[in-house]
Amino acid sequence: MTTPTIQLWEVFIRSRNGLAHRHVGSLHATDATMALQAARDVYTRRGEGLSIWVVPSNAIVASDPADKDMMFEPAMSKIYRHPTFYEVPEEVGHM
Amino acid sequence: MVAANISVTESPLVLYLLRRADDALILGHRLSEWCGHGPMLEEEMALANIGLDLIGQARELYSYAATAENAGHDEDDLAYLRDERQYGNLLLVEQPNGDFARTMVRQLFYSAFADPFWRATMASKDPTLSAIAAKSEKESAYHLRHASEWVIRLGDGTAESKRRAQEAVDDLWAFTGELFHVDVADRGLIAGGIAIDPETLRAAWTATVSDVLRTATLTMPASGWMQKGGRAGHHSEHLGHLLSELQWMQRTYPDATW
Repeated sequence: MTTPTIQLWEVFIRSRNGLAHRHVGSLHATDATMALQAARDVYTRRGEGLSIWVVPSNAIVASDPADKDMMFEPAMSKIYRHPTFYEVPEEVGHM
Repeated sequence: MVAANISVTESPLVLYLLRRADDALILGHRLSEWCGHGPMLEEEMALANIGLDLIGQARELYSYAATAENAGHDEDDLAYLRDERQYGNLLLVEQPNGDFARTMVRQLFYSAFADPFWRATMASKDPTLSAIAAKSEKESAYHLRHASEWVIRLGDGTAESKRRAQEAVDDLWAFTGELFHVDVADRGLIAGGIAIDPETLRAAWTATVSDVLRTATLTMPASGWMQKGGRAGHHSEHLGHLLSELQWMQRTYPDATW
């Protein structure tokens, strides 16, 4: 089954109140209305969701895998950004 | 064919339930024929979902019919061991799938009736029928939305999709009159507040269908001669073929389990 001229959409589902929408996959649809219906049919058949977002896949701006080192490597070496060097006083209890 | 037909004692309530169950089962079976043939994966899932909703409605209606008949039959007996003349479904729902446009137009015509029908039936004085209606109404509302959106896109799409959608509308139109069929058996149920008078839904059905067709830039046929017969067991040549596939297993290997 090829659907070459039909737009691709990314689907986000919120499974429970209070949780964030999570990316669950993608699908083809001719427009936003049909994308929502298809998302309902493909991704919420077993009671997975309370709310659906669909976003045109081409509206997502993604980082280039080739830029991985420049983008993410500097953070790896900055261990002081992790709050692991601080002694938590006893009185604070569980943080 | 080994297993013989059962004989059902059709009180007005049993007959009423069987006719609605037959509508749901036959249309659900038609949609199941799309399995593996959907125009795209997303629609493959949608058609199967709608088909399963309808078969679920059929099961509840057959089970209640069996309880109401109280003759030892169950839902499977009613679905698999009645022949063509015992089926009381609308001629509309047994019409072949044809192309995707035809399947969606058939669904629009049926769902534009089923949605208000189930909503009104929630007020039935029969608590079981009212409960079946409450569940079916939510499903039918989605079926109507789905079919409407597709008919709009096919009608207002390419020249090819518009031609196919208009042909389907023209060909299936004569089967829509039967949606509002009422006979003597129904009259008592309507008077008793068990069943609703389908005539009260005609304005809603016409408004829904004409809105969708207008948005789809399709022409609504002038109401003319309407084909009837399904409710009385007089079917088109298509139902026998459908039932032979639907019933073959139970007829050949009665009560088979696995």
